[in-house]
Amino acid sequence: MNALWPWVALAGLGAFHGLNPAMGWLFAVALGLQRESRAAVLQALLPIAAGHALSAAAVIVAISVLRIFFDITALEMSAAVALIAFGLYRLFARHRGRAGMQVSGAQLLLWSFLMATAHGAGLMLIPVLLGMPLGDAHSEHSHHVAAFSSLLGPSAGTALAVLGVHTFAMLAAAGAVAIVVYEWAGLAFLRRSWINIDLIWVFALVGAGVILFVMALR
Amino acid sequence: MATWTPDPTFYPSARMAMQAPAEKLAYMAILNIEGTEPDALGVVDLDPQSSNYGELINRIPMPQAGDELHHFGWNACSSALCPYAPHPHVERRYLIVPGLRSSRIHILDTKPDPRAPQIVKVIEPGEVHRRAGYSRPHTLHCGPEGIYVSALGAPDGEGPGGIFLLDHDAFDVLGRWEVDRGPQQLAYDFAWHLGHDVQITSEWGTPNMIENGLVPELLLNSKYGHQLHVWDLRRRKHVQAIDLGAEQQLVLELRQARDPTKAYGFAGVVISLKDLSSSVWLWHRSNGQWAAQKVIEIPAEAAEPDQLPPLLKGFKAVPPLIADINLSLDDRFLYVSCWGTGDFRQYDVSDPFHPRLTGSVRLGGIVNHSPHPASGPLNGGPQMVEVSRDGRRVYFTNGLYRAWDAQFYPEGIQGWMVKCDADPNGGLKLDPEFFLPAEEGFRTHQIRLEGGDSSSDTFCYP
Repeated sequence: MNALWPWVALAGLGAFHGLNPAMGWLFAVALGLQRESRAAVLQALLPIAAGHALSAAAVIVAISVLRIFFDITALEMSAAVALIAFGLYRLFARHRGRAGMQVSGAQLLLWSFLMATAHGAGLMLIPVLLGMPLGDAHSEHSHHVAAFSSLLGPSAGTALAVLGVHTFAMLAAAGAVAIVVYEWAGLAFLRRSWINIDLIWVFALVGAGVILFVMALR
Repeated sequence: MATWTPDPTFYPSARMAMQAPAEKLAYMAILNIEGTEPDALGVVDLDPQSSNYGELINRIPMPQAGDELHHFGWNACSSALCPYAPHPHVERRYLIVPGLRSSRIHILDTKPDPRAPQIVKVIEPGEVHRRAGYSRPHTLHCGPEGIYVSALGAPDGEGPGGIFLLDHDAFDVLGRWEVDRGPQQLAYDFAWHLGHDVQITSEWGTPNMIENGLVPELLLNSKYGHQLHVWDLRRRKHVQAIDLGAEQQLVLELRQARDPTKAYGFAGVVISLKDLSSSVWLWHRSNGQWAAQKVIEIPAEAAEPDQLPPLLKGFKAVPPLIADINLSLDDRFLYVSCWGTGDFRQYDVSDPFHPRLTGSVRLGGIVNHSPHPASGPLNGGPQMVEVSRDGRRVYFTNGLYRAWDAQFYPEGIQGWMVKCDADPNGGLKLDPEFFLPAEEGFRTHQIRLEGGDSSSDTFCYP
């Protein structure tokens, strides 16, 4: 059962990312409205998910490689510092995104990659990648680290599974919101319900950093 | 500082913005006629329940004299909801108020007290010159990724004019917008089709062509602007010039369809050299190419030479001089200001190719001096027009541009601001209670409404 937690966390983070309007579902809806086509919404979601996946893949590959060369505690400690610093940077980050509404699939993919990367979506996966058990199963901490990371280290298949679970959850969440908004809900709700997810992300990033820090101290 | 939920004045679509509550305040550019005292930003009470309804309740003088306040706008608006650069947790809070002559740009904070905005920053002309190479800032709009400001020319008063960017947060001048300006030299207004990644710009003249008055020789030789320019908004490249004809002089105000899926808009042309008529042109896209055609023509009105200023005596006619236009948020009604004749018109443009006149009022005018119910004879004429978001209230003022005011109204324009009530099904009538005369020695120019108006916001969703 506990071996499932990292996968649940990956899927949960995927859904969390997918629900963020800035990660692409809103763009898909806008393209659908501009072209008056539900197919345009769906077609936009695939490159958006692919761009997000590329951004996450970069982090997964980096962590997998770093695991080969560095001690887990050192990694946890440096990742903690990086996450907290990035979270604080996000607090003051300015929005200079430039794109447009006449975009090809490749441009959407690039846009999504840049948005996910600039927002640190992939970084949020690091605690999970380094084997953070969610929930309160602290006693089995080391066991999970070993189990999960030993899988991750040598196995490209596991890395792909990690990426697949995260991306699928992101796509499912983004797709569900996009279709509901496009078909039924409309955009009026955005006026009140578009809470400042960027702020939540700051907390998520800093929180992940703090957790890594605590993990490293054990 | 970022907020937790979006600014309540941001609307995904123009259609939704029409549901906005009625405005209770207006901000208005107030110009010192002699240029010896500072211009001011005025605050007008628009709350019918207030005992100060229709009165100037505050004026914020600029730090120096001689700015020539003209157009101004908000730091942020509904374009913050655009999907590719979303940042909806900023606030519509700061008014960016350029001095058209001084090139000084004032930032006023309306948040602590909307009735008493405070100057929090002044961008000196040198910064605009140094970082963008431009001068004489004119129109500005809050864009998805920055504040765009048009400028009439270079610091030496020659061309080219163009557009520069201010950043949303600190109001730093980011630089020139154009990467490839093609044949474009003259600048004035600009408008966006955000759904199509297209920008349209229009042409007035360089600072040297306008700052000492309209130059008759330049006008008669068709040297003032007569083109529209189409730009790729993403690549910042000139795509196409649309020549309305050399006789169509002074292509000024642009109002694009508020629905971003639509690819058309209206441009006002001040004067035709052929017959002194004024016109409104529809630009539109067909088969991938942009084109423009005249959809409204308003003829000059015959007049006795002794009723006319020296500039017009020889023509024995008063030109309408369309100096401003505006479009309601439902893309249904186009308002047209005829500053020469005093005519103010409402057209139903549901079919943009075939506008239908649905209402008009007359105030001022070079010959008629038509009175308001609450005034004696007036001069100046309908000029800067602003329409409430719900489309039911229309406000306008009567000053054009100091050096040109004197040529068309040599007796000296007495400034005012008035309001019309617009029938949602067409029709226009003056509010007999609303007549705000400018203070002695001052004139009125652009009006912006609290929370946004029909020309302040650009939308990314239909």
